[in-house]
Amino acid sequence: MTALVARDVSVRYPGAGALAVEGVSLAVVPGRLVAVVGPNGGGKTSLLRALLGAIEPERGQVLLEDRPIRTWPARDRAREIGFVAQREEYPFAWRVAEVVGFGRYARLPALAALGAADHAAIDRALERADVRAFRDRRIDTLSGGEWQRVRIARALAQEPKVLLLDEPTAALDIGHEMEIFELIRQLTDDGLASVVVTHDLNLAARFADTMVLMARGRTVAEGPPATVLEPRRLSGVFGWPLELAPIDGSPQVVALRQPRAAPGGS
Amino acid sequence: MKFAALAAGAVAAMILGLAVGATALTPADLLAGLLDPGGRAGIIVWDLRLPRVLLAFLVGGSLGVSGAALQALVRNPLAEPYLLGISGGAGLGAVAAIALGLTGLAAIPLAAFAGAVASAAVVYGVAAVQGSRLEPRVLVLVGVVVAAFCGAITTALLTMSEAAQLRNAFLWLMGGFGAASWPAVAVFSGYAVLPLGALLGGARALDLLSLGDEPAHALGLETESAKRLVFVATALLTAASVAVSGMIGFVGLVAPHAIRGWLGPLHRRLLPAVFVASGSLLMLADALARTVMRPAELPIGAITALIGVPLFAFLVRRSLA
Repeated sequence: MTALVARDVSVRYPGAGALAVEGVSLAVVPGRLVAVVGPNGGGKTSLLRALLGAIEPERGQVLLEDRPIRTWPARDRAREIGFVAQREEYPFAWRVAEVVGFGRYARLPALAALGAADHAAIDRALERADVRAFRDRRIDTLSGGEWQRVRIARALAQEPKVLLLDEPTAALDIGHEMEIFELIRQLTDDGLASVVVTHDLNLAARFADTMVLMARGRTVAEGPPATVLEPRRLSGVFGWPLELAPIDGSPQVVALRQPRAAPGGS
Repeated sequence: MKFAALAAGAVAAMILGLAVGATALTPADLLAGLLDPGGRAGIIVWDLRLPRVLLAFLVGGSLGVSGAALQALVRNPLAEPYLLGISGGAGLGAVAAIALGLTGLAAIPLAAFAGAVASAAVVYGVAAVQGSRLEPRVLVLVGVVVAAFCGAITTALLTMSEAAQLRNAFLWLMGGFGAASWPAVAVFSGYAVLPLGALLGGARALDLLSLGDEPAHALGLETESAKRLVFVATALLTAASVAVSGMIGFVGLVAPHAIRGWLGPLHRRLLPAVFVASGSLLMLADALARTVMRPAELPIGAITALIGVPLFAFLVRRSLA
């Protein structure tokens, strides 16, 4: 059963000439991890925004459980889709458990305080994302990797069916990158329908079930990593010679050095 | 425990506010006055000081809550209700009423209120021109510009005024509770209930708004309507505060900042505490205004600015460090 689906979606920002996303289709299914990859400015984040219902597509449709995403009331949608944005900076120094508690707001009646069920869900989310040990820490004392896990915990506290992540490992070291992707993979195996936008082709190749390669707003290739990652295609899309070297049975992308000196270097 | 401490502080500030002034009351006088409203001390306590102290508390609390809400809206702990351009419009309205010789009991507050609401509407209209999306940073910049424009007209009006009008207008602009009365207390509290209730009831929306548009939307908030509601509520609260007591700056900055450090930034806890704390602060500032140059009164806006500006500078420095 498909949780979230994009059908021939095109997105244009107000005042922009070119389409940010052009005719992209995508199905997000429980237990499956979709990785959206591609060069900077290729439309990955815009596609994610359309999937989240944050922007109205110019053409096409995004359907959440067969209903257009933009017709969902915000609170109802937030119980279905958890989202971790690329970067978030808060002006105030909340505690970790408070931030994770924000994930419950969509489930609270107007003036009610967090109840026992909410606290239980917050504890489960903290546990799941392995951030329980610092539930009472102020967020301005967290490292980059800890902060990412706290934000994933907040999305889990929403108890969503779909999880959307925009560059969850940007600016993280290799150990923390693996930690985040292992977590996303486990959560997906436990039944979440997940989409992760990432620059890291190699992590995407090792963890995703499906890769969507986007460039200039269009889908260039879509399918299992082994079929999408094709050296000639990748070299064309990224404008740089790339080769493949398999590890653990999945293709890993290696960028080659340019043979000649940089122009203008003399 | 912390709330009990705040409440005790408020009671202490209130007792001090009842005791000090042109005629200082001993604790015995104060008690006698409270028990016997008809006596000499009773008249001072019940007719003059109690409405004044209560109005200072309510206005201070409203400015504090407006400040805290606005700081969440523009996602900056250094924001202040007066940044919305409301003070400039209120000042212009009041000075225009004084210059036109409108002297009825409620003429100046009503004119100030009208000016405040009008300038807030202009700020909103200019800032929200791109579709219906409200960009908080633009809001603040437009507020400053509109305030400057109102200030220019106010200056022109003052230049054309006679000396007595000039003094009245000047004192009004600097703020004070000298004209406080029971009807003013009643009107203000009846009026402030609605916007205060909207902000207190919207405490969770303020939590989410302070995270930014994208996370707030993803967590289930209708961000644009929430932002509009917060803007309208803070504008109405500030407008009413300026109308009854003139321009009193920095209360909406200092109390939220201090309380956030003490109780944390969760608005459900923050807002009620800020109301009590900033109400207490303004009662103290008013007591100070009545005593430092006794029997003359210093405008309360001067006192809050004298304390608030260095504190603001300190907070800015610390936030940059």
